[in-house]
This record gives sequence, C-alpha cells and structure tokens, in this order.
Amino acid sequence: MRTFSGGIHPPQSKNTKDKPIEKADLPKKVVIPLQQHSGCQAEPVVSVGDMVKTGQKIGEAKAFISANIHSSITGKIESIKKGLSPILRDGWCITIEGDGTDEWVTSQKNDLDKLSPEEIRQKIKDAGIVGLGGAGFPTHVKLCPPCNTKVDTVIINGAECESYLTCDNRLMIERTNEIIEGLEIIKKAVGAKNGYIAIEDNKPKAIEKVKSAVKGSDKVFVLKTKYPQGAEKQLIKVILSREVPSCKLPLDVGVVVDNVGTAVAVRNAVLENKPLVERVITVCGSGISTERNLLVRIGTSFKDIIDQCGGFKKDVWKVIMGGPMMGLSQFSLDIPVIKGTSGILAMTLDERPDLRERNCIRCGRCVAVCPMHLMPNMLGLYSARFMMNEGFKYNPEDCIECGSCAYVCPAKIPLVQLIRFVKGKKLEHLRCKSELLNRK
Amino acid sequence: MEQQLDVSVSPHIKDKANVQKIMLDVIIALIPAGIAGVYIFGIHSLYVILTCVIMAVISEWVIQKIVGVKNTVDDLSAVVTGILLAYCLPPSIPLWIAGIGAVAAIVIVKNLFGGLGYNIFNPALASRAILLASWPAAMTYFIKPQMSFFGAIDTVASATPLTVIKGFAYKGLETSLSNKEVWFNLILGMRGGAIGETSCLAILLGGIYLLFRKVIDWRIPFTFIGTVLVMSFILGRDPLFNIFTGGVFLGAFFMATDYVTSPVTPLGRLIFGIFSGLLVVLIRFYGGYPEGVCYSILIMNIMVPTIDKFTVPKTFGH
Repeated sequence: MRTFSGGIHPPQSKNTKDKPIEKADLPKKVVIPLQQHSGCQAEPVVSVGDMVKTGQKIGEAKAFISANIHSSITGKIESIKKGLSPILRDGWCITIEGDGTDEWVTSQKNDLDKLSPEEIRQKIKDAGIVGLGGAGFPTHVKLCPPCNTKVDTVIINGAECESYLTCDNRLMIERTNEIIEGLEIIKKAVGAKNGYIAIEDNKPKAIEKVKSAVKGSDKVFVLKTKYPQGAEKQLIKVILSREVPSCKLPLDVGVVVDNVGTAVAVRNAVLENKPLVERVITVCGSGISTERNLLVRIGTSFKDIIDQCGGFKKDVWKVIMGGPMMGLSQFSLDIPVIKGTSGILAMTLDERPDLRERNCIRCGRCVAVCPMHLMPNMLGLYSARFMMNEGFKYNPEDCIECGSCAYVCPAKIPLVQLIRFVKGKKLEHLRCKSELLNRK
Repeated sequence: MEQQLDVSVSPHIKDKANVQKIMLDVIIALIPAGIAGVYIFGIHSLYVILTCVIMAVISEWVIQKIVGVKNTVDDLSAVVTGILLAYCLPPSIPLWIAGIGAVAAIVIVKNLFGGLGYNIFNPALASRAILLASWPAAMTYFIKPQMSFFGAIDTVASATPLTVIKGFAYKGLETSLSNKEVWFNLILGMRGGAIGETSCLAILLGGIYLLFRKVIDWRIPFTFIGTVLVMSFILGRDPLFNIFTGGVFLGAFFMATDYVTSPVTPLGRLIFGIFSGLLVVLIRFYGGYPEGVCYSILIMNIMVPTIDKFTVPKTFGH
C-alpha cells in the first residue's frame, strides 16, 4: 500500500466508531459567531429584536474570502456583541433566543442536470459552506479555479486520521449516497473528470459501504492508517503522486480536496437549497459519560452538548475542539459549536502526558516523522533563541502544524508552538517582500 | 462543571518515550556486554564499572550545583556515560584513574559544553582519549582473559589481537586464524581488550535490543561495520578478523549512535557511519595506533554540524 514518508501511529481510541449519528436536542439558545471560517468576518444583516427562521441568513460575506452565516434555530435575535468563540478569543457573535418551533425557511428541490457550474457555486456560497474538516476555508472559493488552471481530479477526504474522531466514518456509513452526490456536484462545479473517495483502512465498514455505492469512473482509494494521512498535500501525493509546491494550493496541481462532511453539505445546499446550520460532531474522550456522535445545530454551547452526553465522569483536564493532535483546547464550556467543530474531546487528569521539558538530545525522531520533510529540531532551536534569519532557512512556511514532531519528541519540547512562531515571522516576511516587489 | 481547564498548543497527546526511558533502554542494552566483561576479566572489571558510574553521577550532580543549572541527574545520561567509559577501559585499570576519567567525561566533555544535548564529543570516548594521553602505560596494559568469576587478577600482560598484528608479521596470525577455536574465542570475547568491547555477541544482543526498541537507527551501526568489512577486504586484510577485534562492535552500536554527537538526518547518518568505518581502517592499517575506533568516532563527531548542514532533507514541495 502506498503511503507518504514520515508520520506517526498514535493510539486510535476510536471508541465511537459504531455509535450511529443521533439528533441532538434543539437548543433553546444559540450563539453564532460571525467568523467561523478563514478570511474576513461576515457582516450582520439582522438587528436585535428581529424574528428569524431556521436557515435564514443573518450574516453576509462581503469580501471574496468569506462565508455567509445562517440562523440555526427559529426565534428572536437577542444580541449582537463580542463573545467567546472556539477559534478567536472574542469575535462578533449573534445570540438567538429560540421559541421552540424550528420553522425552516422554504426549501426547494433542484435538478443537478439543469444547473450550470456558476449556479452551483452560487448555491454553495448562499448556503455558507466552508470546509468541515477544521480549517474552515470557504468552499465556493475553493471551487473557483483561476481561468488558467484546469482541475481534473476531485478527492473526497474520508481519511479521518485524527484519533478519537469518528464523525466522518459515520457519515460514510449512514449517508453514503449523499457523499457520492456531493462528489458529482463538486466535479461538475470545477469540471473535473476523476473522482476519488479516500478512506483509511481502519474503517472497513465505511470502505465496504462506499465501494458498493460509487458510480461511473469514481474510485475508492484505501489508505494506510497513519497520521497525518488526511493532510491535503500528503493525500494528493499518495493518490496521484503529485507534489503540491511550497506555498501553493492543491488547485495548482489540478486537484480539489474536500472533506466528506463538506460533500454532504454541498449536496444539501445544491439539491435542496439547505444552508449549513447543523453538522455531525463526535463527543468523546474518557471524561465524557456517554460518548456519542451527534447531529448538532451550529451555535449550541459545548456545555449543552456535554450535558446531553451525561456530563463529565472524571476530573477533566482538557476540553478540546477537534482531535487530540490538531484540536484547540478550550478554557470555557460556554463556547459554541461552529462549522469547523469536528468533535468535542474531554481528556481526564490521569491522561495528562509527561510534559517535563529537557534539552534536545538530537535523537532525530522529529526529522524522521515530519511529513513535510522539515527539520523541526533546528526550527525549534532557532525559534526558541529568536534567531529568525537562521530559522527562515529551514522552510518553516511549509509546516502543516500536524504535531507529529511534538508527539514523538522524547525531550517534550513544544515544537509546534516554537515552529508556529518562526512560521508566522517567515510568512510575514514573504508577504512584505512580495508587496515591495509589486510596488516596483 | 466549575473546574479549571488546561489550555495549550496542540498536540494534546504525546508519545510515552522520554529521555529517561531511552537512557534506561541503553543501560539495559549494555548489561550483556558488562556481564561478559566481568565474566571474562574478573571481578575487578565490575569495580571499574561501578566506580565510573558512581563518579559520573556524583560529578554531574556537583557540577550542576556549582554552575547553578537545573539538575538533570534523573535523566540517567550520566549513568550511560559512566558505563560506556568503563567499557572502553582496560580491565586492570586502577580505580582512581577510572574515577578521574568519569569526572573528566562529565565535567569537561559534557557539562562545560552545556550539558546533555550540547556536547560536541562523545563524553566516554573523549575521556578515554584524555586518559590515554595522561596514563599511556595503564591504558594499554591488557590482561589475559580470566574466564572465572572470582579468580584473582592475573597481571600477566597480554597483547590484544590487534597489537599482535601491528607488532608481528601478519602471516603468522593468519595461520592461527584458520583454527575454528580462535574464531569462537574472538566472537565470544575470550581475548585481551577493554572491559566491554571484547564480546561481540553480547554487544550484538544489546544492539539488536536497541534496534528492536527503535532507540537507535540501523544506519550508523550497519554502515560502520559494513565499511570496515568491505575496506579490509579491499585492502587485502581479513575482513571478519577486523570487525570482531578492537572496539568496532561497541563503537558501532553504542558510541557512534550516541544521539547528541551523531547527525540527525537519515543521509547524514549514512555518511557518518561510512566515514567512521573508513577512518578505523585507515588508522589501523596505516596509522600509528593498533586500534582506531575511538579516534575515528571523535574525528567524525567534529564533522557532525557540517554533515547535518549539508544533508538537510528536501522539503516537501520544493
């Protein structure tokens, strides 16, 4: 089986892989951040006191890279103010007090054959769809290849290489046809011929289900279970043997990669005009009483969801949005679920790893596991000493922050944190440089 | 639900391996060679090993107190250094010389350069070089194998097989090499030499353990021994004799693989192993010393930053 070089095998802990997706209770109140995606914040288009229906647009994308925001319940706009969000310390949030009715905006059925690529993109944009894998890049922008690039392949990413998370696995098992319809829609939007659905070999049920459902020229690509197999660049390398150049996008090698959750959302948006107001998340970890896969409305607070899973059962050490390798730890439970929330992971005090930091002993494990073939030890060393000029030579801008280096480091050096610092400086440096060149 | 939640940058899970566990693995891997050494050369070897370990740990603790840095005795690296130093000392070495060696290794070679992770030279080997320059007679006085556990130390000087080759005509030894018993003794370690270097079988056992536990990379030991083997053959010497004598096995599996003083890149490790092996052969065949493992590794230690610099892997997408 082909695979990329490097990578790690953390414990999988996929306890919820056989837990079917259940509908979460309708929240009484939701807090919907206006920034749930990369790019610019959406602008509010409602005011305090307005009545909104489920699926009604409440925030509009004004910039090119941005996404619309919709109300996820029916009720009254209570406030528009700064609040907590899982990705930002504080950003503008719209709070909606629900009236319990859950009345949706009228929807219609569309026929894919009658839609042009332009219309498909518009529908995706209207529905406010962003990548559901975590990064939250607006999907309509991703499906807009510049006129000089030709996209020939669409990959639906069902690798789900993060430990604990099983929401993509469940989607592939329970909503197989919707994913395949989503793939057809994305292929049509970008004019691609080939379609792949990539799944790691630790999900035999999903592989079987998707294999029996794929149509036409689309293929299921079975991947070796290894972290970070689901990283975009590694996925393309393994499936197509194409290497995305540094600081470039998959589009530059003629590929679009979308998460399985995104494919389902795209399908619902294009065929049913349904905006992105709910998603499947995995609520898991040894701190959670009943681990579940839940279909939740965007804006539901973590606390509500954890209560629906029986609350905490032990002393909780960390609550993480996402998986243990790349997820964001949260300091409060009054955080809303956003479009990019793939899971809520509660880790207990007894799972706290050995964090005693020592000198780097140059064991070279970080170099061996880095999927981008960087030298994390050197980047960490220079970053810790503020030697930016030296650090820049080791290409920090290519780091995908997968955390493999910090995972294996026996000296417990916080390599991701250190590399992020020098990476940020390098990106800033590259931006300034290109601006100067453009001015000339 | 009112409780304090920890917040930190990802990843939130870490591998179980840490510096202490790695060093413990190295110590475990060194045990067979130590048992073999004590069995072959007598109980005094055990005293040498204990002296080196105790002095190494004490001097690490003291120097870190004096300098005022964080105490790192619990990472067990001083224990490893002590054992490795003892293993490359002659079995009859006076304990006070062994003790001075341990102090020199920890204080001069390791901690004055910044402690674990910052030393340029392998502490055990550099200290052996210091001792060889200071007490050349005691350092080259090798006793005959005792082969009994509690026998009195026989102080009849015995030449190591390599000194035999250096001093006498090669042809004379070649005839004795046709004898199967000689080979058996060479591989088991029944020959003159340093405490931990003679039993290739015991060292190999430890080396395989380290490879199996993924503590060391195969690249350095294999290229090191392979180069000695191939180069001896090319230069018209007995290749097997050259890898089973001297400190080739101990050097390849335990000294050259020292993380701190070897390259971190995969390609760099291949280069490091090949050139170390090459230097061993050159020193043995053309240099003034009968044995070259210690100096070849020390010379390659100096080259490590350069090797690392020129073997940076090609970044994905470049």
